[in-house]
Amino acid sequence: MSHDHSKLIRMATQMAQFFTSQPDRPAPEAVAAHINESWSPRMRQDFVDQIRAGAEADPIVREAAAFVRLPAA
Amino acid sequence: MKDFIIPDRDMGTPAVKSDVTVNLLVDGIPVSVPAGTSVMRAAAVAGISVPKLCATDHVSAFGSCRLCVVQIDGMRGLPASCTTPVAEGMVVHTQTDEVAQVRKGVMELYISDHPLDCLTCAANGDCELQDMAGAVGLREVRYEPGKNHFARRDAEGPNPEYRPKDQSNPYFTFDPAKCIVCSRCVRACEEVQGTFALTIEGRGFDSRVSAGLASDDFLSSDCVSCGACVQVCPTATLIENSVIQIGTPEHIVKTTCAYCGVGCSFDAHMRGEEVVRMVPSKDGKANHGHSCVKGRFAWGYATHRERQTQPMVRERITDPWRVVSWDEALDFAATRLRQAQADFGRDSIGVITSSRCTNEETYLVQKLARAVFHNNNTDTCARVCHSPTGYGLKTTFGTSAGTHDFDSVDDTDLALVIGANPTDGHPVFASRLRKRLREGAGLIVLDPREIDLLKSPHMGEGLHLPLRPGTNVAMLTAMAQVIVAEKLYDEAFIRERCDWDEFLAYAEFLMDPRHAPEEVEKLARVPAELIRKAARAYAAAPRASIYYGLGVTEHSQGSTTVMAIANLAMMTGNIGRPGTGVNPLRGQNNVQGSCDMGSFPHEYPGYRHVSDPETRAIYERIWGVELSPEPGLRIPNMFDEALAGRFRGLYCQGEDIVQSDPDTRHVTSALSAMDIVIVQDLFLNETANYAHVFLPGSSFLEKNGTFTNAERRINMVRRAMTPKNGYEDWEVTQLLANRMGAAWTYVHPREIMAEIALTTPSFSGVSYDLLEREGSVQWPCNDKAPLGTPLMHIDGFVRGRGKFVHTEYVATEERTGARFPLLLTTGRILSQYNVGAQTRRTENVVWHPEDILEIHPSDAENRGVREGDWVRLASRSGDTTLRAHITERVAPGVVYTTFHHPTTQANVVTTDNSDWATNCPEFKVTAVQVSPSNGPSDWQEEYRHHSDLARRILPTAAE
Ligand code: SF4
Ligand code: SF4
Ligand code: SF4
Ligand code: FES
Repeated sequence: MSHDHSKLIRMATQMAQFFTSQPDRPAPEAVAAHINESWSPRMRQDFVDQIRAGAEADPIVREAAAFVRLPAA
Repeated sequence: MKDFIIPDRDMGTPAVKSDVTVNLLVDGIPVSVPAGTSVMRAAAVAGISVPKLCATDHVSAFGSCRLCVVQIDGMRGLPASCTTPVAEGMVVHTQTDEVAQVRKGVMELYISDHPLDCLTCAANGDCELQDMAGAVGLREVRYEPGKNHFARRDAEGPNPEYRPKDQSNPYFTFDPAKCIVCSRCVRACEEVQGTFALTIEGRGFDSRVSAGLASDDFLSSDCVSCGACVQVCPTATLIENSVIQIGTPEHIVKTTCAYCGVGCSFDAHMRGEEVVRMVPSKDGKANHGHSCVKGRFAWGYATHRERQTQPMVRERITDPWRVVSWDEALDFAATRLRQAQADFGRDSIGVITSSRCTNEETYLVQKLARAVFHNNNTDTCARVCHSPTGYGLKTTFGTSAGTHDFDSVDDTDLALVIGANPTDGHPVFASRLRKRLREGAGLIVLDPREIDLLKSPHMGEGLHLPLRPGTNVAMLTAMAQVIVAEKLYDEAFIRERCDWDEFLAYAEFLMDPRHAPEEVEKLARVPAELIRKAARAYAAAPRASIYYGLGVTEHSQGSTTVMAIANLAMMTGNIGRPGTGVNPLRGQNNVQGSCDMGSFPHEYPGYRHVSDPETRAIYERIWGVELSPEPGLRIPNMFDEALAGRFRGLYCQGEDIVQSDPDTRHVTSALSAMDIVIVQDLFLNETANYAHVFLPGSSFLEKNGTFTNAERRINMVRRAMTPKNGYEDWEVTQLLANRMGAAWTYVHPREIMAEIALTTPSFSGVSYDLLEREGSVQWPCNDKAPLGTPLMHIDGFVRGRGKFVHTEYVATEERTGARFPLLLTTGRILSQYNVGAQTRRTENVVWHPEDILEIHPSDAENRGVREGDWVRLASRSGDTTLRAHITERVAPGVVYTTFHHPTTQANVVTTDNSDWATNCPEFKVTAVQVSPSNGPSDWQEEYRHHSDLARRILPTAAE
């Protein structure tokens, strides 16, 4: 079993809501940077897996997944 | 450390600040003092104690006893030295025949109305009346026994002047028979505490001290039991019950209160290993001789009968506890932790550090995770309170800490208090702020509830903006719009200290009509004009300060709110000068310290990210192990991972997460899913109901170490007695680490602090030697600031230029609807502390026996709820029952409660919503419904059942 789906995406969505109003850099990158800084590798992996598997999510969150650093396999 | 006694001389009248120095001669000794100083204090500076009764340096002089008279050349008569200010060239004689005679006469009169049972009096040996009788050479009392206040009866029957003792307060006794009506207590209650509970009734011989109305006793009056009056009383009239029971102390140990983030310094007055009383230290830089009821009186929990002093283990959480040796408990714990890692991977276990433990203890616990577990799964209960402060202030200013010291409040012209209730949460700070309010400083309160600070006696106008819970960001952004629209910002400051273009971008963002007060009025339900008035007042004050609490951080937009606050301060130039600043009021005593010490899963001590190779290299070198560059799990992530079956073991020191964290059911099911939960605490707390190993902890009176208060002040904690459990908490952590293969060899916390200083730039100058010498220091303390840093960001921000972050309001997902139409917000009260584990085990329960739900009369009426009724409080997470109190302190649509008692478990109803940046839970907003009820909820029943089961302890074989 993996980390509760809805929760990770919900947390990322909250980040997107914040970064979308910031002028300094594109929101998806900022969301991914915040995720890289504060989520454990497994949470990041789960998150990316969920997005890749087509989970419903805000476009910024979806785009952010591309910038999320994954643990070396 | 026994002989650590600082002579704490009473200088007679308070110190005065002045740029002008006055020179005078006292008994032939030349002295120089600031203009405005009293002759009495000048004499004290010269080393001469003028006899006195009504004067003390805690409160301003009153001049009623006339014992302190002196002769001054060129002045007629004998002036009272406590009320006479010094003058240039003054020549003072403190002892002449005439002076001596007047003093004897005064003493004689006092003694004629005082019982002469000194030998059995509780103040024997510690009584200023006794001392003064000796000092003035009183040898006889020529008055015939007559009308007096102290005899129960006289020849004709009961004495009408006699008043019995007032023993209503659980901690001190008021015995009017011994009162000399010096009014020190009245002045202390007014000037030091700011409560104005005491008065002098009547005049002349008939005057008496009275708590509130004639019908009141101390408990029913406004008295908040701070004990300031007890401390200044020169006689046995107001005296601690512990002194009555035990006797006078024989040595003093200097230490720091273990309750709130004010971090008051205390002198523990000891007899042997027994505490006789706790007296706030006059040289304490956070509290200057004042304290609240918790620190001064509520230390009895350390010897409460429910205190556990032996290690215990069990296979399953439904088994009874088995008392075992330390060896067995530690082996059990270490084996299971290693087993979990073997079965589920390196990342399957973690730690929770405590904001109640010392810096050194916290440092070791996070080191255990990083260096021994080889992961970064460490978090602290600060997660659930001030993590947004760390993120927000680091982003805008560059450091995760408040900007000013508490002394700065003396210079503020206006205090903006947001989401904090200082009179209950940070009482000593509240007393200092109230003093400033009485001197004319302005006050603006942003809080859903009408807090007591707004009702401070003798303050000027206070503005209250009773906003809807969850609308902080909208409110602060609207205030910023007003400041920009009306050009009230400080352009010079912004140009010099921030980025002007960045400010312009923010200004443009602010000027959008959606941030207008009229729009925000619709969300926050605060009139637009009031928002404008508050913004103008804040911007207009020459020195405006912001103090905020958990009502800011415990929201889904907690971090954004902190940044909105920082923006306001920057755009008005309210940073870097005394009386200004942005200051979080930290909840627990060592929240600041536990964050500083690397408790967070992504940060080493000193807030350096785990991915930073240079920092990692420092620790790899000192610790001799390879360290993980990946962030670990935060507390809520640990729970989620536990429910996913991937997180299996937890070492939890000095925290009660079952009671303090939101969504209790989620927490308990997560804990129940783990293989090994180790709880280290004084008591079998609620979390211990889900633990397999219990390691007994030590109280703050039983250990050495340091706490860091909300003003970044590192204070010493000193051992006053032997730990009842055998070890200080850091020793227990070391034992566990060594069982797991570490080879730690610390023999004293000073060595741990040395390691912290060696590895953390902002602490590099800190050592126990320095702390012993200076009493305390505020970090950063290093080569650039060898004695610490009271005020931060004086000439520039730590990050370089202050950053304006855009603060878009995003409504919380927690919205009211048909099922849950009310908003619940939570808080705390003065006499109880956090989860109440300690305060509930003291006499403080007389003030707060249970958690109560505050509800507005109209909401109560709609639901048929009457005062004192049991009600059911339900949210989408769960439900509980408690009693209702109907009050207009809360707005319609809002209900409020505290979370001090486990039987209520207010957190059963709070949800898993959290701050977007830090996952700090949204305690302050939950959509709920309230309905009449006739008994405990199913959850309460179920929980009680498990709790009864889980708290059983098998009798030991020896018994
Ligand atoms: S109670 Fe103590 S402090 Fe107060 S007036 Fe009486 S003697 Fe003075
Ligand atoms: S204990 Fe504090 S609040 Fe109560 S009467 Fe004394 S000074 Fe006032
Ligand atoms: S609880 Fe806070 S205000 Fe009260 S004595 Fe302790 S540190 Fe001071
Ligand atoms: S001490 Fe000065 S008048 Fe009492």
